[in-house]
Amino acid sequence: MNILVCVKQVPDTTEIKINPVTNTLIRQGVPSIVNPFDTYALELAVRLKEKNGGEITVVSMGPDQAIAALKECLSVGADKAYLITDRAFGGSDTLATSRVLAAVYKKLGPFDIVFCGKQAIDGDTGQVGPEMAEHLKLTQISNISELEIQDCKVRAQKEFEEGYEIVEAQLPTIVTVTKTPYEPRYSTIKSKLAANRTTVEKITIADLDIEAEKVGLKGSPTKVKKTFTPQAKGGGVVISEDSGMASAKKLCALLVTDKIV
Amino acid sequence: MEQFVDYKNIWVYIEADSGVPKSVGLELLAPGRELASANNEELVAVIIGKNAKEIAKIAIQHGADSAIVVEGPEYESYTTEAYTYALHQLVQKYKPSIMIIGATVNGRDVSPRLACRLETGLTADCTGLGIDEESGNVAWTRPAFGGNLMATILCPYTRPQIGTVRPGVFKKNELDSGRTGNIIAETIYTPAENIHTKILEFVQRIEEGGVKLKDADIIVSGGRGLGGPENFSYVRELAEVLGAAVGASRATVDAGWIPYSHQVGQTGKTVRPKVYIACGISGAIQHRAGMSGSDTIIAINKDPDAPIFTIADYGIVGDLFEVLPALTQELRNAKNA
Repeated sequence: MNILVCVKQVPDTTEIKINPVTNTLIRQGVPSIVNPFDTYALELAVRLKEKNGGEITVVSMGPDQAIAALKECLSVGADKAYLITDRAFGGSDTLATSRVLAAVYKKLGPFDIVFCGKQAIDGDTGQVGPEMAEHLKLTQISNISELEIQDCKVRAQKEFEEGYEIVEAQLPTIVTVTKTPYEPRYSTIKSKLAANRTTVEKITIADLDIEAEKVGLKGSPTKVKKTFTPQAKGGGVVISEDSGMASAKKLCALLVTDKIV
Repeated sequence: MEQFVDYKNIWVYIEADSGVPKSVGLELLAPGRELASANNEELVAVIIGKNAKEIAKIAIQHGADSAIVVEGPEYESYTTEAYTYALHQLVQKYKPSIMIIGATVNGRDVSPRLACRLETGLTADCTGLGIDEESGNVAWTRPAFGGNLMATILCPYTRPQIGTVRPGVFKKNELDSGRTGNIIAETIYTPAENIHTKILEFVQRIEEGGVKLKDADIIVSGGRGLGGPENFSYVRELAEVLGAAVGASRATVDAGWIPYSHQVGQTGKTVRPKVYIACGISGAIQHRAGMSGSDTIIAINKDPDAPIFTIADYGIVGDLFEVLPALTQELRNAKNA
């Protein structure tokens, strides 16, 4: 089984702060992590490999610092890692990014199955996996939490608010992974050392069968017009009486007066 | 925008489940109506699958001018390939300028396939829609970086402009039962050999007792301040008195205190109830992203600097284990009075 996992290095959004003057993100000092949904995707892939055998290739598109994310993936079960990096790719939106990843699939593949996280926690779009599937004319099953493969068919649990579907697809296919029932495994000192010794090869635009005007800012149909910080609401009533009982009484009276409940 | 002269009208895709329209599609007719009026164009509802003609009538009663429907055995339940194929055929034939799709699981499954096939831009999970005055394009506004930042996105050079919009953001127009419009039935046949996925079964999650989060007018949510799973009983009792649903922060779900289905926030559910009561939730931006649209927010927390207070309409700084039982009792008395 030849398995591809696509991961993205993202800023830890729980640690992000906004510069109030420029309304931009302060990235300095914010740790970079492997997108959490991609770690679930990798964990599913590793479990699949443990059961059915095979090899896991992990790829990430981004600057050199994303090598750290790839090494982390190598330390928890991936076998090979490639950094997809080129100035030409800068500013790519989801469509342009998916074109690059589809070209990478063609270069490194074919694969039996591709795993992506259901979305990255910085952009939150969830579009790159399905768009990659479209370029490659592959089937897709999105938002899955579990899967098994038998006789070249994948059966995946596709999650919905109200329940889940069991969806069957022929291989090859692309799946996008939401939270799984189990936590991604941790690396060990030994596996970290081994990952550090593994070379991460780079793939640039010269290695791919893709036109320069189809990627990067130029190849992106969506444009960011502006960014701004959400308005804080402010002006709420704060109650802090001597006892919890007194505070509760006061709140209840206010809620009844204001016809909230 | 001379080159787009062939593209006109605003489409809203009305997703349905077993012949019943999802609320989000009907909600999107409200901003769709505004865009249509601003551009002096028609608002068209697009429905695929079972019962499409009946759903079309409902969509028109909620503000659409007309509807396009596609029915057929291959559309009885959703598959990526059949639905993408049908929508792609429709877009090629009618050339809408704008297409709005609910950001549900399947809405976010079909939209990128469609946008990619059309080589056009897609903006995900929007919370605001308007017209960019300078260019006349749709201004799609959406949260990014866990809600820390909002971004306005345009799709200036390709058509249609497509976006998915988060459920619960817009309020449905009042139903006007006298409103009628033209319903066009299109016949689009997707050959069985073009559909490579199969739904083997659907398993309804076993409903716990109580009100569901997405339908709730009032939500009482618990956070790490509860101290342990057993103390969710405080939250449940308050919820019961109010007829409310029970929500939770990510920390409590990760700790295994309560199932994931209760999680509110960026990686859980987005809710917009009339009243949201946050108990022992500090209010990290990820949590706020999932509930800040609530009409009234009440926060109870012992830390006066907890970020939840920055968005709360009413806040109690105090000990949960004193406040919650007292509040439950007070509200019970008020209800019985």
